Amino acid sequence: MADKRIVLLVEDNPDDEALTLRALKKNNILNEVVVARDGAEALDLLLGTNGKSGNLKLDQLAVVLLDLKLPKVNGLEVLKRLRADPRTKRLPVVVLTSSKEERDLVCAYDSGANSYVQKPVEFAEFVQAAGHLGLYWLVTNAPPPMSR
Amino acid sequence: MKWPGASTVRGKLLLASILSKTAAFLVAGVVITGYDMMALRERLVRRLSIQTDIVGANCLSALLFNDPQSAETTLAALRADPRVRAVGLYSGDRRLFATYVRDAGSEGILPAEAPAGSGPDYRGRDDHLRLSRNILFQGKPIGSVLIVSDLSEVTATITRDVGIFAGVLLLALLIALAINIRLQRTISGPILSLAETARKVSQEKDYSARAAGAGGDEIGALVTAFNEMLEEIQMQQAELRTAHDRLEQRVAERTAQLETAVKELEAFSYSVSHDLRAPLRSIEGFSGALMEDCGDQLNAAGKDSLKRIIASTVRMGQLIDGLLNLSRVTRAEIRGRSVDLSSLAGEIVEELRQGENGRRVEAVVAGGAVVEGDPALLRAVLQNLIGNAWKFTRKRDEARIEFGVAKESGETAFFVRDNGAGFDMTYSDKLFGAFQRLHGQNEFPGIGIGLATVQRIVNRHGGRTWATGAPDKGATIYFTLGNGGRNGGQEDRAAG
Repeated sequence: MADKRIVLLVEDNPDDEALTLRALKKNNILNEVVVARDGAEALDLLLGTNGKSGNLKLDQLAVVLLDLKLPKVNGLEVLKRLRADPRTKRLPVVVLTSSKEERDLVCAYDSGANSYVQKPVEFAEFVQAAGHLGLYWLVTNAPPPMSR
Repeated sequence: MKWPGASTVRGKLLLASILSKTAAFLVAGVVITGYDMMALRERLVRRLSIQTDIVGANCLSALLFNDPQSAETTLAALRADPRVRAVGLYSGDRRLFATYVRDAGSEGILPAEAPAGSGPDYRGRDDHLRLSRNILFQGKPIGSVLIVSDLSEVTATITRDVGIFAGVLLLALLIALAINIRLQRTISGPILSLAETARKVSQEKDYSARAAGAGGDEIGALVTAFNEMLEEIQMQQAELRTAHDRLEQRVAERTAQLETAVKELEAFSYSVSHDLRAPLRSIEGFSGALMEDCGDQLNAAGKDSLKRIIASTVRMGQLIDGLLNLSRVTRAEIRGRSVDLSSLAGEIVEELRQGENGRRVEAVVAGGAVVEGDPALLRAVLQNLIGNAWKFTRKRDEARIEFGVAKESGETAFFVRDNGAGFDMTYSDKLFGAFQRLHGQNEFPGIGIGLATVQRIVNRHGGRTWATGAPDKGATIYFTLGNGGRNGGQEDRAAG
């Protein structure tokens, strides 16, 4: 069951994207990872546009890994819109970003983030963090029931 | 005693003037009237004396020959003097011999028996002057004459005198009042203006007001001095206001600059936090990937280069984190609580002991160092200081770390002392600078941010830091906490 569920990675930096994918792979997490390269694309995929639903099947989505500094629509805005929409208000969202500034932490949790992870500079640590994340959100965590 | 209307200078001046004039007039009036009255009476008495003498002489024969008829005729001659009310002639045996009475109203004025003695007599309820005189014949009294005269002339004179005086007094007072009112313009006028100006200044704080009417007298001098004083105050106030405005403006400018600087600093650290770390992550991550994926194809030199790249990026990451922590300390809000530094120090020593087993470190922590300050930041201070002590005593077989309290010129200072690598006092001023290190990276690793952080936290608590030490003899780092560090512990408790 776990291997069928997908992960949405919202990340504008291709290096970070490659490193995240590599870190997940090193942890033998082979689930499909869909990548959105800005906030608008992420919202499109999740909520769709003009009344059409997004391309992602929400019931198959295990977790969203959300960067905060994003082009077009920033991460906090994406988070707020997801929480405002009944389809995604319970969707697990993990903020995965460079900063550990207090105001980012406060805003992220206030906006309804389920978790906040700072990307470590050292790749070894990043791999470890990615392993924890995959194990937890794909295996340990019980997903919310789908609301329609 | 309160006079009506005496509460103003104008009233007082008027009252004084009226009272003094009235008093002068009254004294003059009483003296003159009294003198007038006395003179009048004297004249009256003299006239009556003459009249009694004449009557006595004329009635001598009538008395001698016992002829009352002729005596009455003689007495009736006094009708010519309207002031004479009655005349009585008494015989030698003091009985009434003959009388003259002017009108019916005057009957009964004359006593039936001759009065004793002779001379003027003012007594009597009827305001009459009585004068009796003995009639002598060959040196012996053979009878007496009593004339009763009217005093209405005297009364009339006195009444007239008093009337005149009252009239003169009234007139004088009216004239005095008129003069007074004119004089007041020159005396009380400036005083009133002065009072009005003083009221305006004290109530409305209007220092531009000026008292009017400066003459050459003392009041004029007072008004001039008062106006000069106001001038001075107004000038100083204007200067003060200018200085105040300038200061206010400067404060506003500086505040704006400071706010801009703080905003820029925040934006800067936010940007550093997000953007500077990302490329580092790439360098580190892909260097690692390169090592993993193609490590086999690299020779030893290539691997060494790659390792150095990775180590540098990791260190760069630490530097950035340190810098961000330092700026966070600068910006953090200080939350004042009661903090037990002694138990904090004990906890930190225990944490370090657990983190690195097998080291023999003697730790001495003075008890009861309770201060006022931010718990998280003060923990950071002790973590850095004790952590440093722990680090720099690494090469000691018998390492010793001490947290204690000392009195420094009346101030309570806390210190962390070790017997570690120490430092050269020549460089003591560099000790607390950010990214300043006195030891090589391979000797004692670190990024040189610890003491800078300590100093900032201590400064933000209103305290100061300083250090003493010598190379290879250990170091002691002191800090105070301003008003927060009021207390210090005495007893030492050793922790083996």
